[in-house]
Order: sequence, then C-alpha cells, then structure tokens
Amino acid sequence: MTDAMIKETPAAAARAEAQPIKKVCFILSKATLDSVYACMVMANGARMEGIEAEIFFTFFGLDAINKKRMNNLHVATVGNPAMHIPTMLGGLPGMETFVTSMMKKEMEALDMPEIPEFLDILSASGAKMWACKLAMDMFHLEKEDLFDELDGVLTVGQFYERAAGSGTQIIFI
Amino acid sequence: MQKLINGQPIDVNEEGYLTNLTQWNEGVAETIATEEGVGPLTTRHWDVLRFLQDQQRKEVALTIRRIGQSGVVSIKEFYDLFPGGPLKKASKIAGIPKPASCI
Repeated sequence: MTDAMIKETPAAAARAEAQPIKKVCFILSKATLDSVYACMVMANGARMEGIEAEIFFTFFGLDAINKKRMNNLHVATVGNPAMHIPTMLGGLPGMETFVTSMMKKEMEALDMPEIPEFLDILSASGAKMWACKLAMDMFHLEKEDLFDELDGVLTVGQFYERAAGSGTQIIFI
Repeated sequence: MQKLINGQPIDVNEEGYLTNLTQWNEGVAETIATEEGVGPLTTRHWDVLRFLQDQQRKEVALTIRRIGQSGVVSIKEFYDLFPGGPLKKASKIAGIPKPASCI
C-alpha cells in the first residue's frame, strides 16, 4: 500500500462509514462470578458509549439477580483449566471461597462494584434487565425473590422482540 | 492539531478532546456542548463539568461509579444531562482527556 492510499483511507474515516452498534442484548446463563462480571461490565460499557443495553437472565444466570444468592457467587476452581491449579486441589473445602475472595479484592482495587451495586448502576444507567419466565418456573422463583429494579419477566419470544432492529447484537454468556 | 472553537484556535487531539485545559473557557464548553448535542448548558451541567475538572487536576481516574459516589450528581441524572455516552461527552466539554476507564 502506498502512502497516498493510506492517507485516503485513514482509520477515522473507516470508523465513520461503519454502521455503529445501536443495541446489545446479553443472555446470561451462568452464575460463576467471572461470567456475571463479564456480562455486567460489557453492558455497562455499552451504556457508557451511548449504546442501548439489555440483559436476559436465564438458567443459573438468575442467581445474579436472586436477592438470596447474588452476594454469594463464586469463581469455579474445579473444571476451570484457567485457574492453573490441579483439579484435586481446586476441590478442597474452602478453596472456592478463598479464590473468590482473592479475585474480589483485585476487582475492588479496580473500582468494580459488588453485584447488588452493579445492578443499581446498570439500572440507573438505563440498561434494561429481564428474567426468563421458563427458568423462573423451573427454579420455583417468584418476582419477589429477584432484585427490585428488575424491569420484568419475559418469555423467549418477548426477548427476541426486544432485540429487533438491524443495529442489535445478541451475545450469549 | 488546532481547531477553531468559539472563534478561538484550540489545541485538540484527533477526536476533538482538548489537549491543554488552560485554553478552556465557558464559551468553548458551550460550543462543544452544542456540537455534541448536549447544550445549552444548565447550572447542573456546570456542577458536573467543574467536578470533572477538579478530579482531572487531582489526577483521579474517572469511572461511572465514582461519579455516582461523588455527591455531585446521581448516575441517572448524569445520563440525563449528557445523553449518549455521558462520561466521554462530559469530558470533552470539560476540556479534559477522554477517559480510559472501562467501568
């Protein structure tokens, strides 16, 4: 590529031509601490960029908005090769709690809030949060069991309706 | 690079953020706010902008959470005051660098 060509197609111009993302819809199906934070950081980051953000909590993901459980999420120390500790060690009593508390300390140092505060921030930022009706029925949960700012309970079909539009991305976690 | 803002040549980077806070004044802020679709600026906007500048002078990294904890503005009001990317837009209007934070 010649210098002239580079000048004609600067990165800024390429970005301006690209269709911006208008909305991201996350489906959170897990409740390991790292999955929940990944989802919340990405949704919050979207709002900070002026992108609409919605989260659909389904299956174990419901733990992240379950008032009784949201303060007690853990990092998986068994079956998680990225922990770089032998599986037998990861299964020792107290190991999950220990590793989780270490990770929480690191996150606090980076100004990452605890789950309930993060949900409040997301709600105040205009992110929409929904619980999956089928998963709630399966786990025998009522709306009262879930955090107060929840926007509602949706069927899968209703969630897809909310994701309509050409600028929408759906991300499954 | 320089850009003519409110009739004055102002040092900015390629995204339009001021690179020299001493060149900032209220007229510059009003002009950028209009360009960003935020203006006209109210007392509440000015409260937030001055807070951001104070934090910048103290070299505190800005996050949405810290803004919510500041006592200056709630997160909800912050989003209402600077719609469509509040931290970035408010930083640009306040004449401080683009925040590098992910949260």
